[in-house]
Amino acid sequence: MRAAKLEAMAAPSPAILVLEDGTVFHGQSVGAPGERAFELVFNTALTGYQEILTDPSYRGQGVLMTYPQIGNYGVCLEDEESSRCWADALLMRQMSPIASNWRADMTLGEYLLQKNVLAMEGLDTRALTLKLREQGALRAVLSTTCFDEKLLQEKAQSHPSLEGKDLTGDVTCQEPYLWTEALADEPVSTEKTLSVVCMDFGIKRNILRCLVSAGFKLTVVPGNTSADDILSMNPDGVFLSNGPGDPSAVTGAHENVRKLADASVPIFGICLGHQIIAHVFGAKTFKMRFGHHGANHPVIEDSTGKIDIASHNHGFAVNPGSLSGTGLEMTHLNGNDGTIAGMKHEEKPIFSVQYHPEAAPGPHDSFHLFARFRAMMEEAEAKKKVFHGT
Amino acid sequence: MPRRTDLHSILVIGSGPIIIGQACEFDYSGTQAIKTLREEGFRIILVNSNPATIMTDPELADATYVEPITTDFVTRIIEKERPDAILPTLGGQTGLNTAMALYEAGVLEKYNVELIGADYHVIHKAEDRDEFRTAMKSIGLRSAPSEIARTVAEAKQAQEIIGLPCVIRPAFTMGGSGGGIAYNQEEFDTICARGLQLSPVSEILVEKSLVGWKEFEMEVMRDCKDNCVIVCSIENLDPMGVHTGDSITVAPAQTLTDKEYQNMRNASFAIMREIGVETGGSNVQFAVNPADGELVVIEMNPRVSRSSALASKATGFPIAKFAAKLAVGYTLDEIQNDITEVTPACFEPVIDYVVTKMPRFAFEKFPQSDSTLGTQMKSVGETMAIGRTFEESFQKALRGLEVGRNGFSGKRRDFSPEELRQKISRPAPGRLFALYDAFLADYPVEEVARLSGIDPWFLVFLERLAHQDAQLEELTLADLTQERLQSLKSAGFSDHRLAQALDIPEKDFRAHRESVGVHPSFRLVDTCAAEFEACTPYLYSTYDGTQSEFPPVDTQKVIILGGGPNRIGQGIEFDYCCVHASMALREMGLDSIMVNSNPETVSTDFDISDRLYFEPLTHEDVLAICQRENPVGVIVQFGGQTPLNLAEGLRDAGVPILGTPVDAIDRAEDRGRFSEMLQVLNLRQPPNGLATNPEEAETIAERIGYPVLMRPSYVLGGRAMEIVYDAKDLARYMKEAVMASPERPVLIDRFLEDAVEVDVDCVCDGTEVIISAVMEHIEEAGIHSGDSTCTIPPMTLSDAIVDEIKEATCSMALELGVIGLMNVQFAVRGDVVYILEVNPRASRTVPYVAKATGIPWAKIATQVMAGKTLAELGVKAPKEMDHVAVKAPAFPFAKFPGARADLGPEMRSTGEVMGIAPSFGMAFAKASDAAGRQLPTQGKVFLTVKDSDKRAIVVVARSLVSMGFTLVATEGTYKLLKRHGLPAERVNKVHEGRPHVVDLIKNREVDLIINTPLGKVTRHDDGMIRSESYQANIPCLTTVSAATAALEGIEALRSDHADVNSLQNYFHVDLQAKEVPLHSHS
Repeated sequence: MRAAKLEAMAAPSPAILVLEDGTVFHGQSVGAPGERAFELVFNTALTGYQEILTDPSYRGQGVLMTYPQIGNYGVCLEDEESSRCWADALLMRQMSPIASNWRADMTLGEYLLQKNVLAMEGLDTRALTLKLREQGALRAVLSTTCFDEKLLQEKAQSHPSLEGKDLTGDVTCQEPYLWTEALADEPVSTEKTLSVVCMDFGIKRNILRCLVSAGFKLTVVPGNTSADDILSMNPDGVFLSNGPGDPSAVTGAHENVRKLADASVPIFGICLGHQIIAHVFGAKTFKMRFGHHGANHPVIEDSTGKIDIASHNHGFAVNPGSLSGTGLEMTHLNGNDGTIAGMKHEEKPIFSVQYHPEAAPGPHDSFHLFARFRAMMEEAEAKKKVFHGT
Repeated sequence: MPRRTDLHSILVIGSGPIIIGQACEFDYSGTQAIKTLREEGFRIILVNSNPATIMTDPELADATYVEPITTDFVTRIIEKERPDAILPTLGGQTGLNTAMALYEAGVLEKYNVELIGADYHVIHKAEDRDEFRTAMKSIGLRSAPSEIARTVAEAKQAQEIIGLPCVIRPAFTMGGSGGGIAYNQEEFDTICARGLQLSPVSEILVEKSLVGWKEFEMEVMRDCKDNCVIVCSIENLDPMGVHTGDSITVAPAQTLTDKEYQNMRNASFAIMREIGVETGGSNVQFAVNPADGELVVIEMNPRVSRSSALASKATGFPIAKFAAKLAVGYTLDEIQNDITEVTPACFEPVIDYVVTKMPRFAFEKFPQSDSTLGTQMKSVGETMAIGRTFEESFQKALRGLEVGRNGFSGKRRDFSPEELRQKISRPAPGRLFALYDAFLADYPVEEVARLSGIDPWFLVFLERLAHQDAQLEELTLADLTQERLQSLKSAGFSDHRLAQALDIPEKDFRAHRESVGVHPSFRLVDTCAAEFEACTPYLYSTYDGTQSEFPPVDTQKVIILGGGPNRIGQGIEFDYCCVHASMALREMGLDSIMVNSNPETVSTDFDISDRLYFEPLTHEDVLAICQRENPVGVIVQFGGQTPLNLAEGLRDAGVPILGTPVDAIDRAEDRGRFSEMLQVLNLRQPPNGLATNPEEAETIAERIGYPVLMRPSYVLGGRAMEIVYDAKDLARYMKEAVMASPERPVLIDRFLEDAVEVDVDCVCDGTEVIISAVMEHIEEAGIHSGDSTCTIPPMTLSDAIVDEIKEATCSMALELGVIGLMNVQFAVRGDVVYILEVNPRASRTVPYVAKATGIPWAKIATQVMAGKTLAELGVKAPKEMDHVAVKAPAFPFAKFPGARADLGPEMRSTGEVMGIAPSFGMAFAKASDAAGRQLPTQGKVFLTVKDSDKRAIVVVARSLVSMGFTLVATEGTYKLLKRHGLPAERVNKVHEGRPHVVDLIKNREVDLIINTPLGKVTRHDDGMIRSESYQANIPCLTTVSAATAALEGIEALRSDHADVNSLQNYFHVDLQAKEVPLHSHS
C-alpha cells in the first residue's frame, strides 16, 4: 500500500465545474490547481483510468468516470499509454486516498499533481452522466481558482468546439522513431518480419506493442509526414493511429493517405485513422451526441456474426449513408446502436476499425486484428508477385 | 443462431431442500429458466423435492414432480416423460451430481436423453480435481500445488509433499462440504477422513494453502458461437481461506489494474473453452498474491451459482434466463437486454455503484461448534446492498443483515493487544467489529491489513468510518447542518445510529434531517452506468446527490416487504409468499412494489414486480420508499418476522398496513392479551406464566409443574427455546440463555409430554374463515414445528378432534380480526386440545400446504388483503384429498461438526422437502429419501422405546422381521422382543459401557432407528442417538406413528410401488387452457 503524501490529503480545497448551459457542480479539488476549459465526456470503463488519462485521443476533453471509486490501485508508470496526461481534467465521485496494488508507483492524487492535471471528486457523477446522455457532450470549465459561476459559464461557452478542429499536431511525435517493445505476455510472431510505418496522430503505446507482437518492424512518424517520405521508406504496410479532434479537419493527412492508397500500400486504421480512411474515399463523418467511451461495447463482424467486446473512445463516427459509391464497405457494426465499427475497401488492401483492438484499457478480444493486418499485407505481397510475374 | 428445433421437451433438475450452500438462488435461476423455456415453446418437466419453491408451482412447468432428486426417482420420471434433454446446470451441485449419476447408470443413453448446458464430460472435467488441474496446466494457468488422495494413506503421502497448512477439498461436493484448512496433523487427519467420507467418489484434493491471498470471482457466459462475456467481477473482502459464501464480497473488483483484470478475464474465457462449457454461465474463482500479482485458478463451476444470482442482481443482467436461452441454441446477440430493451445481451455490464454482499450466520443455533470461518461454507443466508460508494454500500449491507447492527458501529471494547490481534487474525462472524476496535485503538491500516489479510483499500474506508462513527457521540443536533448531514448520510450512517448518538428518538432525528433538506434519492440499476435509458424500474437509494430517477406513477400500488437475508426460521417459504402476493396484485390490476435485500431470491428478480427496490428492511429505508411511492397499503404479513417487526412503526408514521391490523399482531404475541382472548373464547392453553427474573421463573414453574417450556418473547424460529425439567435447569436457563427484563420477559409454559402437535393454516377475510390445512406432526411434541415431519391430511386424529381444532382456529381468526393468513399451533393430549401459539401472518407451511392441496393460498390471502371477500373469490375449503403429502426437514448438522444434533423447541433445519403419494407410507418414504434419510429395504434396525409404546412396537418389530430385517435393542426393549419370540441382538446403552449404541450408529451398523423418548434422563441418551443419526444420515423415527408410517413406506418401496406423479396430475390442472400467470408482465 502506498498512502498519499500528507499535503495531498490535507484539508480539501474546493473545485467547481460549470457547464456551458450554466449547470454547476461543486466538489473538492484532488489534482493540480488552476482552471481549464474542455469538452466533457463520460467513460464507463471500470478499470484503466490511467490509460485513459494518457490516451492522446482525449486531448481537448475532460473525462468523467462513471464508476464511483477511482484511483484504487494507484498509478503504475509502466501502464502509461503515452509520455504525458492528455485529458484536460478528471472528474470522479470518489478518489482513493491510497494506492493498493503491488505494482503501484504512486497514488492517483500524487500523479495528477505531478502531471498537472485538474481533478475533482465529490460530485454526483451519475446526475452529470445523465445530463451528458440527454444533451450530448458539453463544453465545461473546471476551476480551483475562480468561483464566479457566471464568468465560468461564459468561458465554457466561448471555448471552441471540437468540431472542425485538428488537434493531431498537438499530440504527434516531433521526429520519427523506432519502436521495438512487444506485449509482455503475447509471444512475438516468429514469421518473417514486415516493416510498418505508423502515422502518429496520437498513438497509444499498446498499439505499438501489439504491432511488434504481430511481427512488424515499426517506424513511427509524425502525423504530417508526407506520403512521398513514407513511400520512400518502402514499407510493407502503413498503420494510421487514433487521435483527437475532428477527422474532417485533418486535411493534410487525407491527402497523404490518398497517395498511399493510390500506391496500393496495405493500410490499417484505428479510430481517427479509420475516420481518415473514410474521408479519403469520399465518405463523411459526423459528431456523435456523446460518443462511445467505454470498454464494454459489442462489435459484431458482419461476415461471421462473431462478437468482440471492445474498447471504444470516439466522439465522431462514419456516416453509414455516405459509404455508397466510395469503394468502402462496412465489416463491423456496433451492437449497441448500429453505428459503423469497421470497414474495408472492396478492392484495395485497406481496412479499419472505429474501436481500439489494442485495448489498454479494455478487453483483448480484438488483438487478432493485428494478425489480420499482417495477413492482408502478405496477401498483397503475393498478389504483387503474381502481377509482376505475368 | 435460432433456437434448436430438434428438442421438444426438457427436464429441469432443481436443487432440493434449502441447505447451507444451496438456497433460494436455485429457485431464482430455475424459475427464470423455466419461464423462458416455456415461452420458447418447450415442454418443461421439473423435478424438485422442495415444495417451498416458486418453480414447483403447478402453473410454471408443464409437469412438476415434487419427488426425491435421486437417480432412482429421476429415472422413473424419465421413463414416464421421455424428455429429449436434461438441463442440469440450474439445480446447483445437486443438479450436476444427479445428471452425472444418470449418465453413469446408463439411463441417459437408454432413453436417448441429451445433457444440454453442460454435458457429462464438461461436468467431469470441471468437478474432478485431478482432471481440472491437468486442464489448467494445459492452457498455461497455474493452480495451487496439490495432490489427489483417495485413501487416508494417500492423504498422508500428499501431506508430505504439500506440507502444512494445507486445504483439503473433497471432490463433487458443494459449499466446500467436508473440506477445511488444516494447520496441524490432528486437524489434517480429521478433515481428510471427513472429506473422503463426504465425497461421493471418495476423493479429496490436498492443496497448498493460499490463505491471505486476494480472492476474486468472475461470472462468465458463453454461447454456441464462442462469444464470451464477463457479466460481473467480484472481489472478496475476506481473503483466501474463507469460503466465498461466507465472505463479505464486493462488486465490481476494486483493486485490480486494467492489466490484471484483463488477464483474469482472458483466463476465465480460456478456462470456459478448455473445460468445454459451450453454452451458459459459469463461475471462475481466482486467487491473487498481493505481493507480486501471481494469478492462481481456484475452481470453476460450470453452472449457475449463488454468485451468479448475486451478479444478476448486482448488474441487472439475468444470467439464468440467458443461460437457458443459450442452452437451446440462441446466441448472445440474439437476446435483448431486458433493462434497456434496445441493446443486445452481448455486452459486458458496467455499473456506477458499489455492491456489498454480507453473509448471515447462525452459530447461535449451534453453540458447541467452532465459529472460525474456513473453506467449508457455514452461513445460512446473505444480504446485498447497493450504494454509490463503498462506504454507503457497506453500511447499508450491515443494517440489511438484521443482526442488530445499524451500521459500522462498535462498543469500543477494551481488548488487550493480544486479544485484539487474535480477533483480527481469526476470520469469524464478528471480526468486522474487532477491526472497528482496532482502528479506534489507533492501529495503523498496514498492521490491520497484515493481521487480517484484508486489502488496505477496504481498510482505509473502514478506518474512516470507525473514526467518523466514534466522533458522532460528540455531535449536537445544531452541528448537523445540511452539508454535514449529507456527507454523513452518503457515507451510509443510518438515522437510527445518528439518533442514538444524539440521544434523541429516531423520529425526531428524521424530522431534523428532512427539515434541513437531506433526503435520499433513488437511482436505477441499469446495466450500463447510465449510458442508455433504462426501461425497468429496478431501484436503490443513495444520499449521493438529490436527483431521483423513475418518478413514481400515479396508480394504485401496494408495497410488499420481503424477508431480508435467509436465516434459520425465515427463508424461502416467505419469499414464495411475497412472490405470490406480487403476482396476485398484478393480476388484480394493482402495481406491486417489492422491497427486499436478499440477492438469492425470486422476489428480487426485477421481472416479478412492477417496481423493485433493493433496500435493507429497516424502518428508515422502508419509510423512505413509502413516502416516495405513497402506496394504498403495505403488506407486512408475508415476509416473516422482519416486516412484522416494522409494522407498528410504519403504522405510527401514517403508512397504511394492508390486511390484519397491527394491533391483532400484538394481541397474538403479547402473552397477557393472548391469554385474555383465549379466556373470552373459552379455549385452553397449557398452564403458563411470565417471568421477568429468575425468582419469578422458579415460582411460576413450581406452580404449573415441570417440565416447562421456556422462551423469550418475540422470537422467530424458536430462538433460545428450551424444555426445562427441574429447578436447577431453570436457574441455568435464566442465567445463561436469556437476559430477562420487564421489557423482555420470559414465557414459561407447561410442556405437554407425549402430546401430538398440530399446525393449522387458514385464511380469513374478517367475516369468513377457510381452513387451508390441518397438519399433524409425526414427531414427538416439543420439537419446533419447522423441524418436525408432518402430514396432510392428519393420520391419527379423530374427526371430532379435527373439528374442534378447526372451530378453535376460526373463532380466533375472527376474534383477532385477521385479514389474510393465520397459523395456529395446537397440542393434542388424549382428547384435550391446547393452543400453543397463534401467528397472524403467513407461516412457514404456506407453500407446503399450497403444493399439498393444489390451491395458491398466498395469492388468495393477497386478494383478501386487497379488499376481496372469500365469497367473492369463490374460495372453498379444500376437498378431501385422495393423496397424502408429508413434509420433512433438512438439517445442516454435517456443516457444524461438534454441534449437538438433537432436536428441540429451537429450530435448526434450513429447509424442507415434500413427499407426495397415494398412501401415507409412500409419502413418508419419499419425504425421508428426499431429505437424505432414505428408508432401508433391508438391513438392521435399532429399537428402543418407552414403556407406553412397548405393546405397539411389537407389531412393528414383527413386521420388520418378517421382511427380513434383523433387530438390535437396548436392555428393556431387547427383553420385550425376546418375550415375544422375536430374534434380536442386545447393545449397551451409552452409560453401560462400550461398544454402545452410539458406536453402532457412528459405524453405520444400523440402517434404521426407532427411538421413542420420554423424560429428562432418557432425553439425554436419546439426544445422542438422534444427534448421531443425523450426522450419519440414518433415518430416526421418534414416535410409533412414524414407525408405522415407515413400515408402510418400506413395504411400498420393497414392492416397487414408488410411482412418480406430477402435481398437474394430482390436481388435474389443464395447462393448455391456462395462461401462465408469471408471464402477465405488462
